[in-house]
Amino acid sequence: MDALQLLVAGVSQGCVYGLIALGFVLIYKATEVVNFAQGELMMIGAFIAYTFINILAWPYFYGVLATLLSMAVIGVVLERLLIRPMLGEPPFAVLMLTIGLGFLLRAVAGAIWGAEPKTLSTPYASDVLQLGEIIVGYGNLAIVLGTGVLCLALFLFFRYSRLGIAMQAASQNQLAAVYSGIPVARLVTGVWAVSALIAAIAGVLVAPVSLIDPQIGFIGVKAFAAAIVGGFGSLPGAMVGGLLIGIAEQFAGLYLPPGFSDVTAYIILLVMLFVRPQGIFASMMQKKV
Amino acid sequence: MSDLLTLSNVETYYGPVMAIRGVSMTVRTGDVTCLLGANGAGKTTVLKTISGAMEPQKGEILFNGESLKGLAPDVIARRGIAHVPEGREVFAFLSVEDNLKMGAYSRRDSRVASDLALVYDYFPVLRDKRRQSAALLSGGQQQMLAIGRALMLRPQLMLLDEPSLGLSPKLVAEIADIIVRLNQEQGVTVLLVEQNAAMALSRSDFGYVLENGRIVMEDKAAVLADAPDVQEFYLGMKDDGVRGGRRWKKRKTWR
Ligand SMILES: Nc1ncnc2c1ncn2[C@@H]1O[C@H](COP(=O)(O)OP(=O)(O)OP(=O)(O)O)[C@@H](O)[C@H]1O
Ligand SMILES: [Mg+2]
Repeated sequence: MDALQLLVAGVSQGCVYGLIALGFVLIYKATEVVNFAQGELMMIGAFIAYTFINILAWPYFYGVLATLLSMAVIGVVLERLLIRPMLGEPPFAVLMLTIGLGFLLRAVAGAIWGAEPKTLSTPYASDVLQLGEIIVGYGNLAIVLGTGVLCLALFLFFRYSRLGIAMQAASQNQLAAVYSGIPVARLVTGVWAVSALIAAIAGVLVAPVSLIDPQIGFIGVKAFAAAIVGGFGSLPGAMVGGLLIGIAEQFAGLYLPPGFSDVTAYIILLVMLFVRPQGIFASMMQKKV
Repeated sequence: MSDLLTLSNVETYYGPVMAIRGVSMTVRTGDVTCLLGANGAGKTTVLKTISGAMEPQKGEILFNGESLKGLAPDVIARRGIAHVPEGREVFAFLSVEDNLKMGAYSRRDSRVASDLALVYDYFPVLRDKRRQSAALLSGGQQQMLAIGRALMLRPQLMLLDEPSLGLSPKLVAEIADIIVRLNQEQGVTVLLVEQNAAMALSRSDFGYVLENGRIVMEDKAAVLADAPDVQEFYLGMKDDGVRGGRRWKKRKTWR
């Protein structure tokens, strides 16, 4: 039953990678910018939740709601303040900017909340679900369920809502979108808000099961690998890539010598780049500019 | 009739390269106006400057008497100028119907649904393929989709950039006829950019000829079609030997 137990842990960790990878892919599809601070946004989201729920002692539900709202606003502000002025600059410059933003966010988080690890308290996280011999913590269950619901919501949003379809249109052909009167600049801001929101959800889900400190955003690097494995530009691919890496890590941790677990993501990435460089889900993006 | 669009002394640059060198032209309400010119003459640049994708360095563009200066292209589109760009720019991975609906994204009125039906009446093939993704359409069908999407904006003015490019003669005629019908039946004023001068002049009320970023000739379309230089250079009716080697730009006497 070891394998099943590992699978459960892997899926839960993989969901977290997948959520961050979703943020990478969303922003990339909308703007061709890679936001390397996506992991740090998750970290900030976790700390904001900790502030509302643990420090200010708001009820869990309202604390989470306030966190999601704050992060959406932060996403909007970042896009307006940092990204939009970079319009027309080479993607490389914007990439460096987002790496710098990651450093800045870590420093700010260290200054505000300190380097000491924290745990977000929740009404549920200490309970476990016993399924035969497998034990699933409610915290992990929440990650999987939360991710599932979010993916469904995103799917419905992009498939059926006017706004979601317009976001797709803008990412497929920016010129045709503006000529059709679609306010592309505003939609890009919206995409940043959604990405920050997803990062916040990841933060809120992960904070109860693992300690929060300013360094947790570094898992963004593995999530980035997940996004590439999934075929950068594909939202389902981002989730699948995340799950694949999350599960493989757990098994590598048990069956391979110590230390392998941490490099599993990169090994999978390298193998994928050799075998199928376009990723699992070949990107649906053929951009016309 | 009144002037819907006027350009006065417009100059547009690509970096240091001046592509449009002081263009002045007028599009009158209700007309089909064509803009002819060889490759690289600057036709596309003129349209991009009107629709706000490029900012003119000098000069003024008035639409309905109001300046378009500094407006973003999506704002200009919402003012009533629909630009159908060169090369059938569709949303490749959206369905045909979603492409059309995106044309009406900025509209809040209740006639969007009936306009969708209208577009399908003009282009029945789009109705048949409405659930398919636009990438699966043929070139001609994509051109129809791009025009249909522009119509969904309910524009006062439609800018069409070489809609005939790469289409069979039969399809060229079909699309040209639909452009005329849109103009007459839907009251859409049209500015048509073409290299296919024969098609454009036979469907237009008024025409301009652009060369090297300058307007070198302008007149009623019927008059232009009879002009010897237009016949030689744009309609391919060469007057053997007499004008051999002479280029438009060498003639200083056009205006
Ligand atoms: N992106 C660009 N950068 C620099 N110069 C450009 C660019 N696009 C066009 N030009 C130049 O501007 C001039 C006008 O180009 P434009 O595309 O407007 O011509 P056109 O009349 O539309 O030609 P075609 O019939 O081939 O479409 C050309 O000399 C071209 O070389
Ligand atoms: Mg052109």
